Amino acid sequence: MNTHAMKSATLSGGFAEPVFDAQGVFRAVMDAMARPGKVVELSGKTAPPAPLTPEAGAIALTLFDHETPVWLGQKLAVSPAVADWLRFHTGCPIVTEPDEAAFALASDAAQMPVLTAFAKGSADYPDRSTTLIVAIDTFDGPEMLTLKGPGIRDTTHLSPHPLPIGFIDQAAANHALFPRGVDMLFVTAGKLAALPRSTRITTQGA
Amino acid sequence: MTERDTSSLPSPSWGGAGGGARSERPRAERKGDAVRPAAPTAPSPTLPHEGGGSGHADTAYNFAYLDEQTKRMIRRAILKGIAIPGYQVPFASREMPMPYGWGTGGVQVTAAILGPDDTLKVIDQGSDDTTNAVAIRGFFARTAGVTTTTSTQDATVIQTRHRIPERTLTENQVLVFQVPIPEPLRFLEPRETETRKMHALEEYGIMHVKLYEDIARHGHIATTYAYPVLVDGRYVMDPSPIPKFDNPKMNRSDALMLFGAGREQRIYAIPPHTDVKSLDFEDHPFEVQRFEEPCALCGSTGVYLDEIVTDDKGGRMFVCSDSDLCEEQRAGQPVDA
Repeated sequence: MNTHAMKSATLSGGFAEPVFDAQGVFRAVMDAMARPGKVVELSGKTAPPAPLTPEAGAIALTLFDHETPVWLGQKLAVSPAVADWLRFHTGCPIVTEPDEAAFALASDAAQMPVLTAFAKGSADYPDRSTTLIVAIDTFDGPEMLTLKGPGIRDTTHLSPHPLPIGFIDQAAANHALFPRGVDMLFVTAGKLAALPRSTRITTQGA
Repeated sequence: MTERDTSSLPSPSWGGAGGGARSERPRAERKGDAVRPAAPTAPSPTLPHEGGGSGHADTAYNFAYLDEQTKRMIRRAILKGIAIPGYQVPFASREMPMPYGWGTGGVQVTAAILGPDDTLKVIDQGSDDTTNAVAIRGFFARTAGVTTTTSTQDATVIQTRHRIPERTLTENQVLVFQVPIPEPLRFLEPRETETRKMHALEEYGIMHVKLYEDIARHGHIATTYAYPVLVDGRYVMDPSPIPKFDNPKMNRSDALMLFGAGREQRIYAIPPHTDVKSLDFEDHPFEVQRFEEPCALCGSTGVYLDEIVTDDKGGRMFVCSDSDLCEEQRAGQPVDA
């Protein structure tokens, strides 16, 4: 790729209607976060450089700015075009330590650091934590998670795939830290679901 | 009995003195005959120039007034609040074109979530036609061009000061509360560093002592509004100065509830289907106000009533605080409150 092509890839692919696109994406994220396990429609509306997906890009453009240090997963970090695109469109600083990040973007769940490596907030300020945005393949995976907690009427189910290795134990440890802990957003093509720290995750009843 | 006990004033620790917004005032601003005008389909504009649900936003402002960076900051705080139900998330509250105490926190939350497809309803103490409600509705009609309504069931976003509508809210609705003092422990412990530690350690003993002192002094828990709740078994939260009559409506509600405190710079949330328990004691269980008479205008029972003084000779009547419900009832529409 020549310099000119790289530059135009960096500069293009943002929201066509920044105000209304960001609002629409935010409402989808808010709905997902308020109803853990609910698979919400999310229109990509962005064209970021691969391997960053349009859905992850849309959430990035909605929530990132100069106040939010962003950590990139291995696959995203090796592509300078991703960091350039994020920097140009949001002004976010890119950090290499996961526990310094307000947001983490990952496109390879199996190679993610453990959840406890990210910022978990403090007992006084549990909000000073990392929100993970993880691109996955599908919500019809082989392993069904059973979810309980705020935002869920009784119980609900979600089958995101692929998941980080040992995810159930990691998620249980994350919930045990409550009110500290990380919140997770999973994205696939056209869809989004959230697992905030308040959700109790088991595989029983699968 | 009609338990609208205005003689037992809320204790100072609940802001009777400090927070003017907390005192449970009779609705003196309402007209003497207490008959509201028929529900306007489009609210009349209250801001200078134009506005008033014309469907066209004033293009001198960004959509919904706030700039995009401010919206992002508020949106991030809202997501944290939802993830940690009942926890007060600090946010960089902006100055709004209205004084503190008039709902700057609620307005900022509404501005951050509102989209062109939303239908906005604003109530002040249950009523769509009081100054605060009309002004905020006009504000968003002008700056966002959104459709506004007085009908609870037609609204997608409802901003409220001091009430929860009687009609059960649905999962497609978001309720935004205006909050004067978000910290439930503030009048018991003035230091933010200390109350923050108390929340961190889940140390809520002083709140129970306060409620116990109520019982020792009055024979019952005398807190009638801003009655503290425990959210999802973890955080003690101030539900804003809603009457305790409304507290049960928060428990496992279908609707998302967001709380904004502008002056105090805090945002917090209750996700849908979340346990919200009003604090009490085994031998003094939580009770809501009861009213012996039905609404004098529409005849509704089991709803929250306002006392209206009708003359200077002691005349008074009790009418629905929820003006939309009252109007629907009088129009003969069936309401499942």
